[in-house]
Amino acid sequence: MQEPTAGERFLNGLLPENPTYRQMLGLCATLAVTNGVKPAFTMACSTGFVLICANAMISLMRKHLQPHLRILIFTLTIATFVTVVDRLLQAFFYPMSQQLGPYVPLIIVNCIIISRCEVCASKQSLPIAIADAVGQTLGFLIGLVSLASLRELLGNGTWCEFEILPQSWPRWRILMLPPGAFITFGLTLGFIEWFVHRKQRA
Amino acid sequence: MQTLIDLLLLALTTGLCNNFVLHYFVGICPFLGVSRRIDLAFGMGMAVTFVMAVAGLLSWSLTYFVLRPGAPLPDAIWHLAGGEGSLDLSILSYLVYIFVIASSVQFVEMYVRKFNPALYKSFGVFLPLITTNCAILFACLEILKHLQTPDALWGLHEALVYAVSGGLGFTFAIMIMAGLREELDLCDVPRPLKGPGIALCVAGIMAMAFMGFTGVDQSLSALLSH
Repeated sequence: MQEPTAGERFLNGLLPENPTYRQMLGLCATLAVTNGVKPAFTMACSTGFVLICANAMISLMRKHLQPHLRILIFTLTIATFVTVVDRLLQAFFYPMSQQLGPYVPLIIVNCIIISRCEVCASKQSLPIAIADAVGQTLGFLIGLVSLASLRELLGNGTWCEFEILPQSWPRWRILMLPPGAFITFGLTLGFIEWFVHRKQRA
Repeated sequence: MQTLIDLLLLALTTGLCNNFVLHYFVGICPFLGVSRRIDLAFGMGMAVTFVMAVAGLLSWSLTYFVLRPGAPLPDAIWHLAGGEGSLDLSILSYLVYIFVIASSVQFVEMYVRKFNPALYKSFGVFLPLITTNCAILFACLEILKHLQTPDALWGLHEALVYAVSGGLGFTFAIMIMAGLREELDLCDVPRPLKGPGIALCVAGIMAMAFMGFTGVDQSLSALLSH
């Protein structure tokens, strides 16, 4: 099998290997912060920052990595960048950082980042690693924002805190609560599975 | 007596009302990945509970004595070295927690392998996976949060009860899920929903059931404190 180029890796991250819907990685964040578009967007951006920085860093030091210590090095690199993001959010977006709460530090154990470090960054050169990270970030952004849009629109009648649906729309409050996260994600997964399958058959 | 009641209420709140999996969405990966058979789910839950207790104890001690603003240990060293004022090492907390979790998983693995080989065999696969289990880091972070509010500082016993009941809540949720999925294998599920899709929908319905516990803790605490 031929090694995918930087561009292919970038495009792969968007839809064919979308981290949320196709790989099902980083589910804690996906389910926990998608009750509004704004927190989902912030979360995706923070995760993206950590992912890109960590991928670049790991790619730069890939020749010095010892096989048995690599996971530890990955996690420590990621934890460092997460501390940076956490401090930045607290300094400039204080209400948002309060709302996201423990989910910002939980980026450390987000499996997307570790899996990208392991699969791509620890083997590839810097440009390829960055292209891969950017693709995965955008894919994650698409996944989070689409879920959050569905939940906020149907559950609260708003999108990004703008009133969209008329007042006569019965607010499906359950979608804004924890059970709504599971159900929306499950049904969306089913829909995408159905769609992909139908396209393959046609 | 009051302390005991408080601890009981804390355990109840953590385990049932604010269940780690169904309320905070931490530990979803093993919740969906290792919930196909009840015995495996029980093994996973117990391993997580154990590691969570160890990591909770360690992270409480480290936060209380070293990492918290105004903690005694770094201040003493700093003053010995001739510095003034006090140190704030809380910027290091995430790095330290990850280290603590990774090493306590390693430690638990060594201990179990030496003293209980049969248990080690049944845990085997799960132990390394626990390092990246968000539930454990989440417990550490909650303990950190309760050590930052000066008026209601958590003691070691509260941290321990929190960690253990969180782990038991996780075990509870993952075992119910495994039981449901064993039955689900025999059902005729629409094809696109097969696998994770239907599991997530079932989890959603379970979360709805667990929402029934909302408010139980407050009424109980009102009842018990009178």
